[in-house]
Amino acid sequence: MKYTIKDATTGTEYICRDDESIFRAMHKSGRSIFKGGCEGGGCGICKVKILEGDYVKFKNMSRAHVSEDEEEQGIVLACCVKPLESIVLTKEI
Amino acid sequence: MAITKTIRPGLIQMRVTDLKASVEFYQNVLGLDIVGQTSDGRVMLKTYDEFDHHSVVLKQAPESGFDYVAFKVVDADTLEELKAATEAFGYPVDIASDEQPGFGKRYGFKLCTGHRIELYADVELAEKIPMLKNPDPWVEMPRGMRAQRFDHLLLYGPNIAEAERYFIEVLGMFAPEICDTPDGKPFARWLTGGNKAHDIAFVEYERPNTIHHHAFYLEDWNAIGNAADLIGKHRVKRDVGPTRHAITRGQTIYFFEPSGNRIETYAGGYAAYPDNPQREWDIDEIGRGLFYYEGELFPSFLEIVT
Repeated sequence: MKYTIKDATTGTEYICRDDESIFRAMHKSGRSIFKGGCEGGGCGICKVKILEGDYVKFKNMSRAHVSEDEEEQGIVLACCVKPLESIVLTKEI
Repeated sequence: MAITKTIRPGLIQMRVTDLKASVEFYQNVLGLDIVGQTSDGRVMLKTYDEFDHHSVVLKQAPESGFDYVAFKVVDADTLEELKAATEAFGYPVDIASDEQPGFGKRYGFKLCTGHRIELYADVELAEKIPMLKNPDPWVEMPRGMRAQRFDHLLLYGPNIAEAERYFIEVLGMFAPEICDTPDGKPFARWLTGGNKAHDIAFVEYERPNTIHHHAFYLEDWNAIGNAADLIGKHRVKRDVGPTRHAITRGQTIYFFEPSGNRIETYAGGYAAYPDNPQREWDIDEIGRGLFYYEGELFPSFLEIVT
């Protein structure tokens, strides 16, 4: 399955497979909102808030960048989550 | 061989958020061998071409990043001499209490940049070492990127002027290359205790105790190409390269392991001698210094650390 990831700030949309991270979908497009990133949940560059849509976390996120409280509020590292449906997110947390 | 007091950075312990995935990556993509596990579950690894018991330890943790690096010094007397000199420099020294099988006494201290640095003189040989009698280049055909040794590391932290002074005045290293800000403050330092172009490097950075990368040596430019193929094949997150550094002149690729720590595979580089004049970089030329083919800086390279 493929879903749409939309950045609420710029309105940019990305196609994301259900077996790849939101970060990778953005990265592959060449139009990512991130300037880079470790894609391993370690560096914190791809921290976003999920505004709409369900997702699944498949990797540990460094607690240096996302606390348990934040995680409960839908704040995640985009490289550690895959979409379960189309997603709207923002970097502005 | 222009060895001063330290022989090499011989041991690095890294924190990883996914121990299983990271160990598998070091083993099958970088090509290190698993040596064993400590009683508290850390995993010890080494390259096929290293002699010492192990050189890399991965530790499951809630955050990725750097735990410590340990420098092997020439002998036990030098170890005691360096302990006293470290204390005289102003850093309290402790005896490392966490288990590192095969290693003798390790002294440790906290550098001004926030990093734990350790020194040791004794370590047992590993079970699997390179051949000594009529040796072949390898015993078993190397795997993956065919990493030959843990080569160097780049740490980010505050007050690298003091860190440089410690490594030169106490450990007897020298800085083959430097880069200062326009107002004359150190921006980056490359330091070595032997003939390698660098054993350790520092970049001035506000946040203490962060690591930019640790590096493994590959045989040559062909091996860098093989590493690039593996990056593509295994969907590894590449950062920069394959390219060449003007600084140290090494050939390189940077990428991230599954827990997000940056790794460099590095080949070549000039031989450093303590009597050679120092090379100096203007900060506005550092893009070319770091990435000679591209001639520009990449924001991800300077800003992403763990």
